[in-house]
Amino acid sequence: MDNTLSQQLQVIPLENYVMLSIILFCIGVIGILMRRNLIVVFLSIELMLNAINLMAASFSAYHNDPAGQAFVFFIMVVAAAEVAVGLAMLVMIYRNTKSIDINALNRLKW
Amino acid sequence: MYTLLLILIPIVSGFIIWTAPQALSRKIALISSLVSIAMSAFVLSQFHPDGGVQFSIDEPWVRMLGIRFHIGMDGISMLMVLLSNILMPFIILSTAHDQYKESHLLYGLMMIMQGAMNGVFVSMDMFLYYIFWELALIPAYFLVLWWGKGEARKITFKFFIYTLFGSLFMLVAIIWLSLQSHTPTTDIAAVYRLQIPADVQGYIFFAFMLAYAIKIPVFPFHTWQPSTYTAAPSPATMLLSGVMLKMGLYSIIRWVIPVVPQAVEQYDTLIMVLAAIGVLYASAIAWMQKDIKTLFAYSSIAHVGLITAGILTVSASGLQGSMLQMFAHGINAVALFYVAQILFRHYDTHSIYSMGGIRNQAPLFAGLFLVVMLASVALPLTNAFPGEFMLLNAVFQMHPWLCLLAGSGVILGAVYMFGAYKHVMLGEATGKSTSFPEVKGIDKYALIVIMLLIFAFGLFPQAITHITEHSVQEIILQFQNKISATTINS
Amino acid sequence: MSQNILNTLSILIPVLPLAGFLIHILFKDKISEKLAGVHATAWIIVSFVLTVVLFAHVRSNGAIHVQLFDWFAAGDMHIPFALQIDQLSVVMMMVITGIGSMIHMYSIGYMHGDAGFNRFFSYLNLFIFFMLMLVMANNYVLMFVGWEGVGLCSYLLIGFWFKNPEYNKAANKAFIMNRIGDLAMLLGLFLLFQYAGTLTFDGVAARFNPSSPEYFVPDSGMVNAITLLLFIGACGKSAQIPLYTWLPDAMAGPTPVSALIHAATMVTAGIYMIVRSNLMFSEAELTLQIITVVGLVTSIFAGAIALQQNDIKKVLAYSTVSQLGLMFFAIGVGAYDAAMFHLITHAFFKALLFLSAGSVIHGMGGEQDIRKMGGLRSYMKITHWVFGFGVLAIMAVPPFSGFFSKDSILVSAYHVSPVLWVLGLFAGLFTAYYMMRLYAVVFQGAPRMTEHVRAHIHESPRVITIPLMVLCALSILGGVINLPHIFGGNTMLTHWLEEIVPVHAHELAVSTELTLMGIASVAIFGVIFLAHRKYRVRQEVPVEDSEIHGINKVLNHKFYVDELYEAVIVKPLRMFSDFLYKIFDLKVVDGIVNGMGQLVQYASTQLRYMQTGTVSFYLFAMAIGMGAIVLLIYLM
Repeated sequence: MDNTLSQQLQVIPLENYVMLSIILFCIGVIGILMRRNLIVVFLSIELMLNAINLMAASFSAYHNDPAGQAFVFFIMVVAAAEVAVGLAMLVMIYRNTKSIDINALNRLKW
Repeated sequence: MYTLLLILIPIVSGFIIWTAPQALSRKIALISSLVSIAMSAFVLSQFHPDGGVQFSIDEPWVRMLGIRFHIGMDGISMLMVLLSNILMPFIILSTAHDQYKESHLLYGLMMIMQGAMNGVFVSMDMFLYYIFWELALIPAYFLVLWWGKGEARKITFKFFIYTLFGSLFMLVAIIWLSLQSHTPTTDIAAVYRLQIPADVQGYIFFAFMLAYAIKIPVFPFHTWQPSTYTAAPSPATMLLSGVMLKMGLYSIIRWVIPVVPQAVEQYDTLIMVLAAIGVLYASAIAWMQKDIKTLFAYSSIAHVGLITAGILTVSASGLQGSMLQMFAHGINAVALFYVAQILFRHYDTHSIYSMGGIRNQAPLFAGLFLVVMLASVALPLTNAFPGEFMLLNAVFQMHPWLCLLAGSGVILGAVYMFGAYKHVMLGEATGKSTSFPEVKGIDKYALIVIMLLIFAFGLFPQAITHITEHSVQEIILQFQNKISATTINS
Repeated sequence: MSQNILNTLSILIPVLPLAGFLIHILFKDKISEKLAGVHATAWIIVSFVLTVVLFAHVRSNGAIHVQLFDWFAAGDMHIPFALQIDQLSVVMMMVITGIGSMIHMYSIGYMHGDAGFNRFFSYLNLFIFFMLMLVMANNYVLMFVGWEGVGLCSYLLIGFWFKNPEYNKAANKAFIMNRIGDLAMLLGLFLLFQYAGTLTFDGVAARFNPSSPEYFVPDSGMVNAITLLLFIGACGKSAQIPLYTWLPDAMAGPTPVSALIHAATMVTAGIYMIVRSNLMFSEAELTLQIITVVGLVTSIFAGAIALQQNDIKKVLAYSTVSQLGLMFFAIGVGAYDAAMFHLITHAFFKALLFLSAGSVIHGMGGEQDIRKMGGLRSYMKITHWVFGFGVLAIMAVPPFSGFFSKDSILVSAYHVSPVLWVLGLFAGLFTAYYMMRLYAVVFQGAPRMTEHVRAHIHESPRVITIPLMVLCALSILGGVINLPHIFGGNTMLTHWLEEIVPVHAHELAVSTELTLMGIASVAIFGVIFLAHRKYRVRQEVPVEDSEIHGINKVLNHKFYVDELYEAVIVKPLRMFSDFLYKIFDLKVVDGIVNGMGQLVQYASTQLRYMQTGTVSFYLFAMAIGMGAIVLLIYLM
């Protein structure tokens, strides 16, 4: 039997993947909204990103369309770059404010 | 091709002036404006006043939106381009005795503004027209801002925002109109072909008219104008009053009357009433002015009020009269502000109470001012009379009572103009007036040429009406055909 | 004469004075005073000669039409630039160029030594040009060119001595009052165009001429409206109530100007215009009634004011207003020919009176107050004689010219109603009284001027007295041109104008006519006698201004009309304009515009506090916003 990887994956219903990524995404959102530590916020953003990745990969498998997975890789590459920039900014913020509290940086107001 | 050149010559020379040394900038500007005159004279000689659009260029531009680079000239466009080109050398010459900082920027902006305004007059595509319309505003903004006097910053801001505000409504109307054909298009022919439902016509009409009413300006949208004219440096004032406000008047004829005729028929009385009130209103206020430039600004509002009322009669008399009067007003406005500038040069103020008795020292200047003033009050044999006669006649044939209101300018014009003349020129010379220099050199010859133009067009207004006659007929025909088509349908 | 020569001659008549004007303007500093005066006069004399030539031609061949070019056209309106020299215009042209050349000549002497000598003659030439345009035009619009043009010249000449603010004020007043009339006139022309579809004189006349194929039965409401508007225009130009106050002030100009513009020619333009349109006016019953009343009231009103004026020129100015009123009265009773007749004789004797008044002023070194004159008859013999004849003519003493013209007006009035005859005569009595007063106070009695002035009184030079004598002869004999039948005449002028003014055959019985004349003459002689006794025999001198009381004070202050206009019209208008500017324009209209800006500004100052700078707030807002959008989509 030449069950392809995608057929094997389809044993688990799609709903489970969707539910999982929604849960991950919501955790990310809540993390962003609730936490004030910049690093945690940053982690939450990554979490949301990966929730989306998971969703894209699973739909890709269920639709037998590799394009979705290609995009997942693409997003991961971009995210990696973004992390580099983001962390650099984080470091700069810390250097300037001596804090990684998100609300310490509120000079851009009215 | 000729048409394109008429736009490009000023714009290109504007950029050249920016890069060339400052000492040369006035010379280049003058040469370029003379070339423009020569060019337009040549084009005029090639022009057939048969109502058709000539010297067209029609190239696709933004295909997706159906925007074309379509320029060309019919009689009305021809006349307006002629006006702007004839005025330009006088405007440049008027600066001959003044020193402006960064003068290369000044002249460059003036030339670009002229090119943009020519563009407005020859655009046969609504979108292109809109671009030129706004393009003309940008140099005007900087001219007033950088070289303006007094609270120029505040005044310019108001002027810019106010006029831009009006234009945005026009943009919305243009976009709406462009979507009404099968494929999106802003070409004039397609827009003229549209049969717009009567209820929508009203919206389109007011969207356009708001832009134009502010630009012209029609009472009560005029308040930006006196302060801007007063604050602006004199060449900018001349450009604004001589040419730029004609853009609004021209646009009513080109883009409102043939496009939304039913709305014009429905709402023309409203606008005419406003315009006629404006005549009385602005004349009365002009009477109260102490600042000669503000006085001329208000008198300008009174004059264009009459033109607006005449245009909205959509009659041969009204439209032809508006052609004559636009041309005349252009020349006279430039002449008046020229005189104001000469006065300012000596007195360093525009207040008429600081002046007086100039006629003792400078009889020629007094005489030239008198002629300009007579033209401004539309004395027969000056250029403004035939136009004013036809406009008043047109208004009278439609609403006799409005004519009484609009005709009040005949009396009040004499009141404020002759009053100002008395204060400035007559009486005993005292104080600074005793050393007022007689007008000479460039100023003298420029004003004399203007005077000759005033009499020439007063005696032979046919030279103007001949150019526009058939084009005006076309516009009226468009209007009437659409009106009668809808009445048959309903 | 071939058409070409005729055309050239016709064009030359107005163009020559214009050429004179242009030469003055172009070479103003290079021409000596002598040359300027002579050549300015020469142009007018040549014009006069040409006019006489054309007169002869019109007499034998009828009207001349000269088409020059189309002036402007739009729709159905075609305004040609064309001249028309017919019986009416040629008479006017003779008056203008004839009296004009006399006054030009006179001015050479009068204006001698004035700094603006050349300028003065250039304006005079320009005035003659515009006046000729006015009467030579073949349509109303071209006539309007002359109409406004003479107004301009009047403005320039009233304010000729422009250093004097009072004079400038008078000049402005004249121009503006004329403009009020001009607006009415324009409106009248528009209405006329709407009604008749043409603005040429011939075209309009054809519409109202029952024997013409283009005739249609007039709609009386419309015709009344048109004629009333035109009449208001005429009121402005010809100084009738309520637009007459500019004329007395216009005496600020040099005296030759008062003679030429404000007595002989320009102010009669209104009469000319109505006579020109007489067919139309005859259809407008209401307007004619109004004209009768206005003319009569003006005549009596101005005559009354003249009784108490002490400025020699002001007396003559009010007398002009009064005489013009009489002409309108004639028009009102339908006697267009009588109006024209009086226009011509009035031009003769009023020009004469003004010019001799000028001679007096000249001799007195600029003094105009008659209380400071007296006894001048022995100092200025020629002036005294010609003035005397002028006075006799204007008082309508037979057989001087004024007698015949006034008589023909009165006779026509009698036709309409004897009451009008009495009222017309009554107006004439004022004239007799104040003219006798003026004559006696100035020329008779004892000299009242200072020694210094008396030593310098002199008769004017010949260049001044010759025109006076010519005009004097005309004033005496002018009645000949329209001598009525009972004196063996054949009413030449009336017949001459027949083509334009149809004659309404109405002859009074000879006995009635003679009786009327007799009564009128007796009445006038009676008044003259009264004035004679008071001012010549008793040698009373008008009292100082401060001692004038009662009704005389009211008269001396011209019924306070100027003050009334100032208080009722000018002041409120000024206040209203001031209100419009300072309150309405700057505060209300501009306030709304600026208010819009301020509203936006206010809203944004409030809304900007949303921009807290706290990232978590933004994120929270974003999350809520997205939730709202999702909800919205779900709900829809």
